[in-house]
Amino acid sequence: MKIHEYQAKALLAEFGIPVPKGAVATTPAEAETIAAQLGGKVAIKAQVYAGGRGKAGGIKVASTPEEAKRLATQMLGTRLVTHQTTPEGVPVSKVLVEKAVSVQRELYLSIVIATANRMPVMMASEAGGMDIEEVARVSPEKILLEYIDHAAGFQPFQGRKLAYGMNLSPNQIRPATGLMANLYRLFQAKDCSLTEINPLAITADGEILALDAKLDFDDNALFRHSDIEQLQDVEQEDPIEARANELGVKNYIKMDGNIGCMVNGAGLAMAVMDLITQAGGRPANFLDIGTVNDVSRVVNAFNVFTTDHNVKAILVNIFGGIARVDVIAQGIVEAQRQMDIRLPLIIRLAGTNVDEAKRILAQSGIKFIEAIDFYDAARKAVQAVKGNDK
Amino acid sequence: MSILIDKKTRLLVQGITGEEGSFHTQRCIEYGTRVVAGVTPGNGGSEIFGVPIFNTVEETTEKTGANASLIFVPAASAADAVLEAIDAGIPLVVCITEGIPISDMVVVHRYLQGKQTRLIGPNCPGLISPGKCKAGIMTGEIHLPGNVGVVSRSGTLTYITVAQLSGLGIGQSTCVGIGGDPIIGSTFVDILQLFQKDKDTKAVVLIGEIGGTAEQEAAKFIKEKMTKPVVSFVAGATAPPGRRMGHAGAIISGSSGRAQDKIAALAAAGVTIAPSPAEIGLTMKKVLEKWNVAH
Repeated sequence: MKIHEYQAKALLAEFGIPVPKGAVATTPAEAETIAAQLGGKVAIKAQVYAGGRGKAGGIKVASTPEEAKRLATQMLGTRLVTHQTTPEGVPVSKVLVEKAVSVQRELYLSIVIATANRMPVMMASEAGGMDIEEVARVSPEKILLEYIDHAAGFQPFQGRKLAYGMNLSPNQIRPATGLMANLYRLFQAKDCSLTEINPLAITADGEILALDAKLDFDDNALFRHSDIEQLQDVEQEDPIEARANELGVKNYIKMDGNIGCMVNGAGLAMAVMDLITQAGGRPANFLDIGTVNDVSRVVNAFNVFTTDHNVKAILVNIFGGIARVDVIAQGIVEAQRQMDIRLPLIIRLAGTNVDEAKRILAQSGIKFIEAIDFYDAARKAVQAVKGNDK
Repeated sequence: MSILIDKKTRLLVQGITGEEGSFHTQRCIEYGTRVVAGVTPGNGGSEIFGVPIFNTVEETTEKTGANASLIFVPAASAADAVLEAIDAGIPLVVCITEGIPISDMVVVHRYLQGKQTRLIGPNCPGLISPGKCKAGIMTGEIHLPGNVGVVSRSGTLTYITVAQLSGLGIGQSTCVGIGGDPIIGSTFVDILQLFQKDKDTKAVVLIGEIGGTAEQEAAKFIKEKMTKPVVSFVAGATAPPGRRMGHAGAIISGSSGRAQDKIAALAAAGVTIAPSPAEIGLTMKKVLEKWNVAH
């Protein structure tokens, strides 16, 4: 789960990490008031779940409160398009108004789980302010790593290695190592999957300050962090994914094709998408429906398909084992009864109670194309979509 | 022969009284697995399907000689259950539970260091040695005893693969679902090592997916150490970067996580790549013929 920059900075501050003075505004008048309170130059930063804001015009500097108001007016209520968003962009409903800081050096600091080593790793670099993947590509020697042993925790010597490695001046070493220890404390306490400060600024006065902040959280751990869960801004999500979420259809990822896919199992769902692509088609989504025990789950998934107007055919591929495909069949029939979806429906069912499932589908009288295996299903779905286009 | 589980396996089920746990315990017993104990704290002293229930794992090792544990405990307490099994010295722990926080798995991994336990999973279907023992949630009937080992990050793709193999008359020595999470107990390399050593496993199917570098590490091991033929399929060639495809581990971050890079690494190590997920069985059949392996 992602959160906004202003929320991330509030958490950093709570854990003793210095951030610029500022506050969030939802109206131009609020932006003006905050700018007046801060005094001097301020930065106006669009609050969206996407990087690349600076180049896209989502970060501006205002010299006066009036200018802050004008810039906020320009940003609020619009959609920001960056290289990380879809062409439609993401809505800007809040701006962060911050006291502008004169920066001497821009560093980089982050923590993620290094899955290959199965432990957290702190990454630091002198080359802050730019995309870290770019740094890794161009000058990997500028990225310093410290793996963190869970039993020992983050140790001061590790902080010193990173701080000296970034060529900090002697009086900056101690504040920097303290900041790193605090960042690890936050990472652990809130079950983060990413804590990233980029840039971590050394100001003209020699202070260390988190100029930007990105925090992502482990979805699997949200059950023990209700404070974090409530920070989620559904407005920033894809509307179709948000709808899926609302209906309890988990693991739905919108893609740009036109074949709606309902599959059980993540690996199989990906494999079906691969087959559709191989057959010359494009999937509209990824969906792992999981082990279905009730009809409503299937009905809700079909409901999501109907909200995506790109969907021109629906492919259902369930390979049972333990999945009861008769329940899936009941769900499909119920969905058709409720929504009367007039799209080609390609069904491949295999597993427990498959004969019963076939009987249910046959007796319902709904129109569908039966597939013998998942390759056949993918092929027939692609054909159905092409037939529809003519 | 087989790897990890066989007729001598004495299985303990942690979370045996839960919905999932009790359902699958029955299926395992029906398949012929010797389920010797269950653990549900608070239910000690009672019984389910004729299996005695205990409050702690430690009691089961003393009183029933359990030597493997199958875990169905819900995500919030699953890591605790795994730690308890490791502490009790259970040699094989299989964790089916999906959705365990990654920080909990960091702790589990640290705790495993220097211990005797091998962990399979979490977020996996478990494992089966056809005709001998089932410690997992896969349907038993699609399997056929034989000499092809299967190792996979994906549950349903394993079933698809097994159905294809069995349909062609190709039996399996052991099928291991290692799980779809970023931190798992046993990797491809761990399981490949066991298959390489097992004299009744003649060939291996490896099912990978996007995310992480486990397939590249497997490729390195295969190139350097494996003398047995390997067939592979990697799912997710069309998955977009930065999005988690169901499994917490299936997310492309950095180029090494892409399916294309994994396939290239495996192919360069001499692995035969199945052209589509529908042809994994067929690809194995051709490889067995080429290598003159009876099946």
